[in-house]
Amino acid sequence: MNKCTERVYNGLIKENPTFVLMLGMCPTLAVTTSAINGLGMGLSTTVVLVLSNMLISMLRKVIPDSVRMPAFIVVVASFVTIVQFLLEGFVPSLYDSLGLYIPLIVVNCIILGRAESYASKNPVLPSIFDGIGMGLGFTFGLTCIAIVREFIGTGAIFGVQILPLADAAAGKGGYVPVTIFILPAGAFLVLAFLVAGMNRLKRHAAQKGKKIAEPQGCGTDCASCGGCGSKVFPTGNEE
Amino acid sequence: MKELLIIAIGSAIVNNVVLSQFLGICPFLGVSKKVETATGMGGAVVFVITLSSFFTGLIYKFILVPLGFEYLQTIVFILFIAALVQFVEMFLKKSMPSLYKALGVYLPLITTNCAVLGVALTNVQKEYSILEGVVNGIGTSVGFLIAIVIMAGIREKMEYNDISESFQGTPIVLITACLMAIAFCGFSGLI
Repeated sequence: MNKCTERVYNGLIKENPTFVLMLGMCPTLAVTTSAINGLGMGLSTTVVLVLSNMLISMLRKVIPDSVRMPAFIVVVASFVTIVQFLLEGFVPSLYDSLGLYIPLIVVNCIILGRAESYASKNPVLPSIFDGIGMGLGFTFGLTCIAIVREFIGTGAIFGVQILPLADAAAGKGGYVPVTIFILPAGAFLVLAFLVAGMNRLKRHAAQKGKKIAEPQGCGTDCASCGGCGSKVFPTGNEE
Repeated sequence: MKELLIIAIGSAIVNNVVLSQFLGICPFLGVSKKVETATGMGGAVVFVITLSSFFTGLIYKFILVPLGFEYLQTIVFILFIAALVQFVEMFLKKSMPSLYKALGVYLPLITTNCAVLGVALTNVQKEYSILEGVVNGIGTSVGFLIAIVIMAGIREKMEYNDISESFQGTPIVLITACLMAIAFCGFSGLI
C-alpha cells in the first residue's frame, strides 16, 4: 500500500498538475468561473483519468508499441464519451455550464501524459492510484483557482453569498464585485499571479537546496508534454 | 452571405478562440516568442483547422448520422484529426517542400491542439452546414493567428523591459494575455 499512498501524495502535492507541472491549462482557465464548475470539471477529469490509467495499464502488454498513441486516444475518448453521457443524464446543469470542455477532456495533456509516462509502464494498482492522485491534484487546483475567482468576481463561494453586495439604488453599502475576475481576462490574471508565486517558491526552495519539479506542459514548450510532440500514428521512420 | 460573414467575424474577433474560449493556450504561450515562428504556427493552424472542419463536417453528415453513430463523434474526430495532420505533413513534405519548410515543424504540435477538436465539435453542436462549418473553422483559426502574432510582437518588444524576477517568463505573458483579453472585450458589441 506504501507505493499507492506515495502516488496519491505525488499527484496532490509534489507533482500537482495545476500548480507544479502546469498541465491542462485550457480547462484550468476556461471553467474556473465558479467553484462548482471547477469542482465538477476536476472530478470528471479524475474519473476519466483513473479509468483510462486502469485500462491502459491492464493492456500495456497487449498494445504494440508502435500504435500505442492511437490506442490510448481510443481508450481515453471512450471514457470521455461515457462520462459526457452520465453528466448529461444526471447533472444536466453542470453539463450545460461546462459544455464543450467535457469532450475536450480527450485532449487534456494530463491524461495522455500520465498514460504515456506512467500507466503504460507500471502495474494496475499503482496506476489507478496515480490516476486518483493526479486527478485529485487537478481537482484541488481547479477548485482553488475557481474559489478565488468566484469570491472576488461575485462575493460568493459555491454559489453561497459570503459578502453582502452593495446596492446603490437602496443606498446600502457592501461589497462591489470585481466582475473582471469571472471574465476571460480574470482567468489570465489569476493564473499569472499563481505562476509568479510558484516561481518565487521555487527560487526559495533552490536556495535551501531543495528542488521543485519543473513545469512540463504549457508555457514551457508544447513539444515537451506527453502527447503533443509525438506523432500519433506510426510512420515507419521510427528507430 | 450575411450569416456567413457574421459567423466568420464572430469566431475570429468577438469570441476569439484563445482570448475568450481558452482553446489552444499551449501553443499560444509556448510558440509566441518570435513573430516569425508565431506566424508559422498560426499558418499551420489555419491550414489544419480549415481542412479538418471540412472533413469532419463530411464525416459527421455522411457517415455518422446515416449510421446513427453520432455519439461516437469525439472518438472519430480526434482519430481523424490525428491522421489528417500526419497525412498533411507527409503530403507537404513530398509535394510542396517550400510550404513544408514554413509550416512543417509546427504540424505535429497541432495534433492534440484542443482548438482543432473544439472547432469540429462546435460545428456539430451549433448544427452548422458544411459551408458554415468551414467558414467557422477559417474564422476561428484566423482569430488564433491574429492573437498569437500580436502576442509575439508584444513579447519581442518586452525583451528589453525590466520585469521583476518572479514575473519573468510565463507570468508576464499571462498578464499580457489578460490585457489583450480586455481589449478584445471591446469587440463584444460588434455583432
